[in-house]
Order: sequence, then structure tokens, then C-alpha cells
Amino acid sequence: MSVADYEVVIGLEVHVQLATRSKIFSWSSAAFGGEPNTHTDPVCLGLPGTLPVLNRAAVDSAVRLGLAAGCTIRRRCRFARKHFFYPDLPKGFQISQFDEPICDGGAIKFRLHGEPHEVALTRIHLEEDTGKNIHAAAGVSFVDYNRAGVPLCEIVSEPNIRSAEEAAEYVRAVRSLVRYLGIGDGNMEEGSLRCDANVSLRVRGAAAYGTKAEIKNMNSFKNVRDAIEHEVKRQATLLDRGERVAQETRLWDPARGVTQSMRSKESAHDYRYFPEPDLPPLVVTEQQLTDFRAALPELPEDRFARYTGPGGLTPQDAGVLIADHEIAGYFDAVVAAGAPPKRAANWVINEVLARVSHIPDLAFDNPGLEVGPSALAELINLIEDGTLSGKLAKDVFARMWTERRTAGDLVKAEGLAQVSDGAALEEICKRIVAAHPEEAARVQSSPKLIGFFVGAVMKETGGKGNPKAINDILKRLLGS
Amino acid sequence: MARIGPQEVLELASLARLQLTTEEVARMTDDLAAILDYVDALRTLDTTDVEPMTHAVPFDCPLRVDRVAPSLSAEEALANAPRRTESFFEVPRIVPVAGAPEDDT
Amino acid sequence: MIDVRGLTALAVADGVRVGKWRARDVVEPYLDRIAQLDGALGCYLRVDADGARRQADAVDAACKGGRDPGPLAGIPLGIKDIFCTRGVETTCASKILRGFVPPYESTVTARLGAAGAVALGKLNMDEFAMGSSTENSAFQPTRNPWSPAHVPGGSSGGSAAAVAASLCAGATGTDTGGSIRQPAALCGVVGVKPTYGRVSRYGVIAFASSLDHPGPFGRTVEDAAALLEVMSGLDPLDATSIPQPVGGYRQAARSGREGLAGVRLGVPQEYFQPGMDPEVETAVRAAIDELARAGAQIVPVSLPHTKYAIATYYLICTAEASSNLARYDGVRYGHRAEQVRSLEELYTHTRGEGFGAEPKRRIMLGAYVLRAGYYEAYYGKALRARRKIADDFSAAFAACDAIVTPTSPVPAFKFGERTADPLAMYLADVYTVAPDLAGIPALSQPCGLTRAGLPIGLQTIGPALGEEICFRVAGAFEARTDWHTRLPPEPAL
Repeated sequence: MSVADYEVVIGLEVHVQLATRSKIFSWSSAAFGGEPNTHTDPVCLGLPGTLPVLNRAAVDSAVRLGLAAGCTIRRRCRFARKHFFYPDLPKGFQISQFDEPICDGGAIKFRLHGEPHEVALTRIHLEEDTGKNIHAAAGVSFVDYNRAGVPLCEIVSEPNIRSAEEAAEYVRAVRSLVRYLGIGDGNMEEGSLRCDANVSLRVRGAAAYGTKAEIKNMNSFKNVRDAIEHEVKRQATLLDRGERVAQETRLWDPARGVTQSMRSKESAHDYRYFPEPDLPPLVVTEQQLTDFRAALPELPEDRFARYTGPGGLTPQDAGVLIADHEIAGYFDAVVAAGAPPKRAANWVINEVLARVSHIPDLAFDNPGLEVGPSALAELINLIEDGTLSGKLAKDVFARMWTERRTAGDLVKAEGLAQVSDGAALEEICKRIVAAHPEEAARVQSSPKLIGFFVGAVMKETGGKGNPKAINDILKRLLGS
Repeated sequence: MARIGPQEVLELASLARLQLTTEEVARMTDDLAAILDYVDALRTLDTTDVEPMTHAVPFDCPLRVDRVAPSLSAEEALANAPRRTESFFEVPRIVPVAGAPEDDT
Repeated sequence: MIDVRGLTALAVADGVRVGKWRARDVVEPYLDRIAQLDGALGCYLRVDADGARRQADAVDAACKGGRDPGPLAGIPLGIKDIFCTRGVETTCASKILRGFVPPYESTVTARLGAAGAVALGKLNMDEFAMGSSTENSAFQPTRNPWSPAHVPGGSSGGSAAAVAASLCAGATGTDTGGSIRQPAALCGVVGVKPTYGRVSRYGVIAFASSLDHPGPFGRTVEDAAALLEVMSGLDPLDATSIPQPVGGYRQAARSGREGLAGVRLGVPQEYFQPGMDPEVETAVRAAIDELARAGAQIVPVSLPHTKYAIATYYLICTAEASSNLARYDGVRYGHRAEQVRSLEELYTHTRGEGFGAEPKRRIMLGAYVLRAGYYEAYYGKALRARRKIADDFSAAFAACDAIVTPTSPVPAFKFGERTADPLAMYLADVYTVAPDLAGIPALSQPCGLTRAGLPIGLQTIGPALGEEICFRVAGAFEARTDWHTRLPPEPAL
């Protein structure tokens, strides 16, 4: 059999760090990085006698995420202790949620191959992050607890994902949603968005799931796709040979392009969950739900629908714009400042995005941004009203970016306004035609020569001539 | 008795990361068996439709304002550490095992 | 020098506040007594003489400067070694925490200090508060001041014995299954376990989180009331801390002197069962008669699920203990095994060496009952039984205002008498565990002595947040009897 004979079954667990100021159960900073062990307090270090107190901002973020994903928000949920021993886990248990997560069900919506698509969720729950183990040389490892206690939302999908590409797009959509909601930065490289995949194969048509392997350490969308693709091939090869897939955790090694088994312990994990006695049940009121629902921002797929409405953008352009809420917000601001949407989309996609390396810099209120949305709209409007030629506009934009000047200023100061004055252009056209009698005679038989004349006139105007006007005049003079 | 044997005691000890001597295993096996026998009395209690009492307080979880207060310094955080290297806690080299949520290399 | 033997805490504070004596003048004789007598008793694991003098001097400076030195001005307290004290080693009487110096202060000790109390040092206890005799301390036994051959009870045995022997004027303790009330009874002092959440657990090393109740020991009911008033109150660092305002416990204790007219006292038949020491029964029955003479109406009540309390308690407390003790791994603090070859060995050796027999037993039992597949049969069942036990009390309090019972079925027992059989030790808590499971307040006070001269305790149980009725009843009994004035013999030097 080949890979095509198997159905791929993938479920994803995505951990999203919530961008709160302080930790989920204590007061030290939840900021990324910092010198080792300088973002700690007695609670997140698990010192004896300390107790967790739940951070309201973490709960709010989870509820908003749940509402945005169409989950059912539990009006009353519980925290539970999940036990395992590991150096980065200070208490010997992680405060998580078990049988009563804050959100049930829901779905993540995105487009796959241009078609609307959704992946159903099992649940979203709140938990605390662990610290970091750092593997040093010489037989020792180091532990840094700065990350211990940073709030996480774990988003668990149903095992309904059928390809590596779908998995990668799903993760992209989760990231986009998290960033739209402003609850996290979704940075996979820094680990603020992490993804584990449960992958199994079954012969097409079979009802039962095959044995799954859990894949970890995929810290980019590309890793997600490559790791799962590799794992699918690996499992198909095993099954073809009549061998069994082991239930185990495997680490993706991006350098070698393979998944590798982590040495798995004999005994299956037994996390010995039980309700966290230090935290009474968490209650979310109807009023809170109403308020949060009303305050949700426009979500990616709603934005896509708005952009691609009648007379709107192409799905490709809309897809690029909605990928990040900052891009979409920038685009919306350009349009709000009077620029026609299609032209605004072209400029944002081809010029602005080409120059911005850090997308969050596009935030509309970022005073450090080289060209803000209203400045871009001004430029576009100068083209629209014929003041500036499209050709020159690109150069003007480049100078706006580097010199931080407005389009109006540049056009005025540098005399870049397009020449649309019919008499002046007519004068130049006549001169050019007179200077090239041979070409003028051949225009009738080779219409493409008109381009030669347009170019010559353009050159004469220093690029400022209105191409349409020039074209019209030349056609009249040359009788073509 | 005999509802728990030395093998299960060893499994539990492994789960709880407790090294037990042979004598401790024997004694533990007897003690746990006796205690489990004793708590068996609960089986006769009808608890149908009884809500589990997980907390002795009747109120909802209080929430704290998301405010940062000063961290312990690295020195304070590490003051009680039996072993450290610079500003890190030190442990024997970790061989990644399944079951831990993640492992950073 | 002031003779502090038998001195009450409030007498100390009153003297300091009116300028009769300085706090320092009171602290010194206590430090002297500890130096002379504690070698024989073993109450203290650590004496912080310098810290105590510093705190006393601060109180005296406040008085001198015309500032209010606080309601507990100059009261020398012993602190159970389960309370984290900033800069002072805190071990929970366990080898695994040896050398641990907390960088933070428990809410209880912080509040006591802010009210002017002076901490003399850290008191012995059963390791991680697991035990009923203080024999499980990893470091030393504590002797009952009334008879050195007998245990002081536990787990707060150091606290009860130190108060009884006047090695402090009051003490802190924690009560998870009876660990304040049972040693108070066995040592002839007053011990109070308030409503769950009334006193913050922040900085109190966890044994069984849903059952741990910090509380005070005092020589008199009013002493204990005064300490509890300061210890109590909402704490933003403990999510299970109760927001309701703290009651007037001292006033309630004093109001008992006016008698108990209109008070209905429930006597549960289930607390007078075979197995109770006859001398205990006689003394407690006599105490109940005295309360009736004080004007209380005695009504029979029933707590039908009492027989399930010990089993329920042990399933819940071991599960929570196995979880709470998972953090002791030799990485961040405390004992760490030497010469380990792997992370696995770091864990198993550190924990194998660091924990004593009782914590090990409870960790194992707790791990057992929480295992997948066993959870419902054991832990889940126990949580349901707990509800039924709590419901018993709610039903009983419909017919009475407080419940009176013996605190312990037996007076102090001898060293080694119950150590061989963990179940026998667990049964020492038979009358104290149910109020812990229900989270309701209960108080033990002295109500007699056996012919052998061992104290007997009377327990008063109130409804949730009913500390005041407990203090009123106890205050009434104290006003009509002199058991609280009896002092144990001075240890032979």
C-alpha cells in the first residue's frame, strides 16, 4: 500500500501563552526572557506554604478566546492538579484543568485551498507553564523558573485533521485568532505558541483509530507541516511492512528532518488528577459573557468575508491582509482615509509588507512607523486624482519610507506633479513626432511603435507626464 | 487482606519517587493493606446523588488584579538551592522522558 | 525577675500596655525558662533569642514613643515549625526541609508580629503535621509536661507542651485532623481550630490543603480568643480565605461569665461510645452538667456518619499530602541526596532519605487512592462521604447552638504505645476529625485530670463562622471551674 491508501488522523494540542503582565497564580512578571531566575516569587517557585491566587486577566483571555472560537463557556469550572516529576515543574504538579475545562467544543475557522474550512475543538483549558530546563555539558542540566507560572491556554482539537498542510494552516489560524484578540503574541520561535500533534493512520474506511504517536518540538508552521509529513510516511512504511506503530512521544529534529523517539518510561503516566484544593470553583457570570461577547473584535474570517464582498478584493489579497490583525487594521485605516480598497490592498501588500519585518509595528497607533495609513492614503489619492503618475509614485513611496516625508510634501518640493496640461504636452508631442519622421511613418503598419513615442515624451517630461493624456495626443497626431 | 502486594507497593514507590528499603517495602505492604481494609467501611455508605465536597468554603474563586510586584532576586531565589551553577538551579543531566510536557534544548 | 510560670498572655500584654513592665522584662524570663527546662521537654526545635529580644525592644520603643504597641504587646509566643518565618529556618520537623530559610513570612506570624507579639522560636511537631503524638518529629521527642513518660499529643505537641510548661505565653498550631485540639486536651491548655478559611494558610506548609486550619493555643479561653482575633481575617494571598468580618472573640469569651441562658448545647451520642476512657467520660459528663448549671439547655443530637469520619479523613488527607509533598525533590531547597547518578536517583534518594516513615506511608496511600481507576472508589467516595458528615452538623445545628464532646477518647498515652500500629494512632483523632472535614470551628479546653494526673479535654464545636458561640460556652465553663489554673509540675532539673 502507499500513503494514499491510509487515512491520516491528526489531533493538535496548541499551547498559547497569554500576554498577561503577571503570572497566572502569582505576582512576578510573565514577560518573556530576562536573566535566569529573575522573574520569580515564592509561589511560582513552589516554596512550601505558598498558595496560588488566580489572575483575572488570564481568565478573561481564556473566556474571550473561547467566545471567539464559538466554544461553550462553563459558567462554573475547576482547576485540578496534574502530577509528574520534572525539574522545571516546581511543585511536582501542574495546576491545570481536567474534567471541568473553562471552554468546551467550538471550532477554529480558516480557509484551506481557498475554501472555507473548520476544525472542531474538544476544549480549551487554562494552566500554568513550566520553567525551562537547559541541557548543559558535563552531566548536568540547569533550571530557570522565569517561565514557571506564565498563563497558558491549551487548545485541544478533535482528531479531525487529515493532512500536514491542514495542520499547519490550523496552527496559523489559531495564531491569527490569538493575535486578533490581543491575548498573546503567538510567537512560535520564542515558544509563546507551542504545538504537539497526535498522529495516527488507518486504512481508508476503517472505523477504529490506529495507534498514535505524539510529536513535539515543532516551533514553526513549516516544522508542523514537515514533521507531520515525515511522521505520516514513517508510520505508513511501518504499517506496510506489517509492523506496529508504538504509542510514544517523538521529537521533531528539524536539522535532520526526522522524528525521533524519546526514551519512554515503562509505566504509562498516571497524572493522579484531583481538584485543586487551594482554588475554589471558578465562576463566569452571564453578564461577563455578554460584555465580552459585545467587545470581541472583528475576527479573521468575518474580515475575509467583508473584504471579498461584491466588488471587493480577490481572495488571495484578502487572505494576505487578514493573516494578521495589524495588517488588516492598517489596511482598514488606509481605506478609511479615503483610498480605494483594491488600490490600497496593492500598496499594502506589495510595498508596505515588503518593507516591514516585524508585523506588530503596523499597529495603527505606532508613532515610529515609517509610513502610516493616512500617509499612504494621501499618496494613493494623489495617484487617483492624477497629480502623481503611478511610475513616480513608487519612488515617492520609497522616499516617504526612508525620509519620513509626506507624499504631498515630496511632490510639491521636488516638482513631481504629473503634467496633464494638454497644451504643454501637445507641444512636446509635436516636437518628438517631428524629430522622428521615419518612425512616425511606420506607426500605421506597426502600432507598437506608439510605445516608442510615449516613452520619448515621458522622458522629455522627466516622467511627470500623464501617460493617458500623452497616449491620446500621440494617437491623434499620428493618426493611428 | 492481600489486596495490595509488594509489587504494587514498588510501583507506587516509583510513581511517588520514593526509594524504599526491602524492610520498608514489607512494612509498607502490611500497613497499606491494613489501612485499605479499614477504609473499606466507606463502601457501605450510600453516596448516591451526593455532590463531592472538594472545598470547605462555600464561595467562588476570588481573582487577583493582573499587577506585577517585585520578583525575588536571583540570589534570593537560589539562596536555598542545594546545588547551583551561576544563576541556575542545577540537576543531574536530564534525559528527556515522555510524559513531561516539553523539553527545551 | 518576673515569674512567668502560669502567666496568661493577656496579663503580659496588659502589663506592657500600662507600663507595669517592659516587653524585654517578660521575654528574658521566658528565654531563661526555655534554657533551663526545655532540655527535658523538647518543645523547641529552634530558639531565636536575638530575634525575640529585637521584637521586644521594638515593642518597648513603641511604648516609650507613645505609639500603640498593639493588642498583643510583648506576648512571647512559640511558633509551630510549620509556619514559614522569614530568615528563620523552618523545617516542619522533617529532615527533607533541614536548612530551609524562607524568604517570606506566613500571614499568621506577620499579623501576630504586627500586633506586638514576640516570637521566641520554632516548636516541635510531628513531621509535616502527620501524627497525634509528636513522636513523628524527625528531630526529637516532646514530653508531656504533666508526665515525662507520656506524649503531648500531636501534631502540634510542641505548641501544647510549651504553653502548658510556661515556655511561652501562647502558641500557634495547625489542625488538620485534630492537631491543635488533641494536644491541647492532652496537655491541659486551650486550643482553637477556627472555621476553615478564617485564618490564612499562606506560609503554612501544606499537609492536606482542604483540611489545614491554623489556630492558637492559650492558657485561657480569652488568651486564645485574643490570639485568634489577630490571626483571623481575609488574606489576598489565600484564595480560600473568608471575606466576612472577624468576630469579637474576646468579648464572646468574657460574655460566658454571664452564663449560658438561652444556649442549647447538643450532645451527640456517637461521641460517647465504647473505647472511651472511663475517666474521660466521667470528666466530660461532669463538664456538661456544669454547663447545664450555667444555664445551657442540653439537647441530644445525632451525627450518624461519625463512624465514617476517620476513613474519610485518611483518604482525603493522604491524597492531598501525596500531592503537597511532591515538591520536595532536592532541587530548590532542603535535603538533596549526594552522589546520585541520574535525575531519577536525585528524586528517589532525596525523598527516600528525607521523609520519615509516616510521610512515606501517606504519600504512598495518597498516590494509591488517586490512581486512575481507583479515584472514584476511594477519593471520590471520600469527598461524598465528607459532604454527608458536614450535612450531619448542619442538621444538628438546627436543634442546638453548639455541640459539646470529649476532645480525645483517652488521656495522654505513653511513648511507643501506638507507634507500631498506624491505625491505632489514627483513631486518636476520632472525635476531632469530623469538624475538620466539615470546616467548622471547634475548641478544646481543660476539664479535668485523671487520677494519674493527666489532663482531660472538653471540645465545643460551633457552626461555620460560629467561633463566638464556642468562646462563649468555653468562657462560661472556665468562669465556673479552675482546671485552667492547674499547672503541671516543674520538670526536674
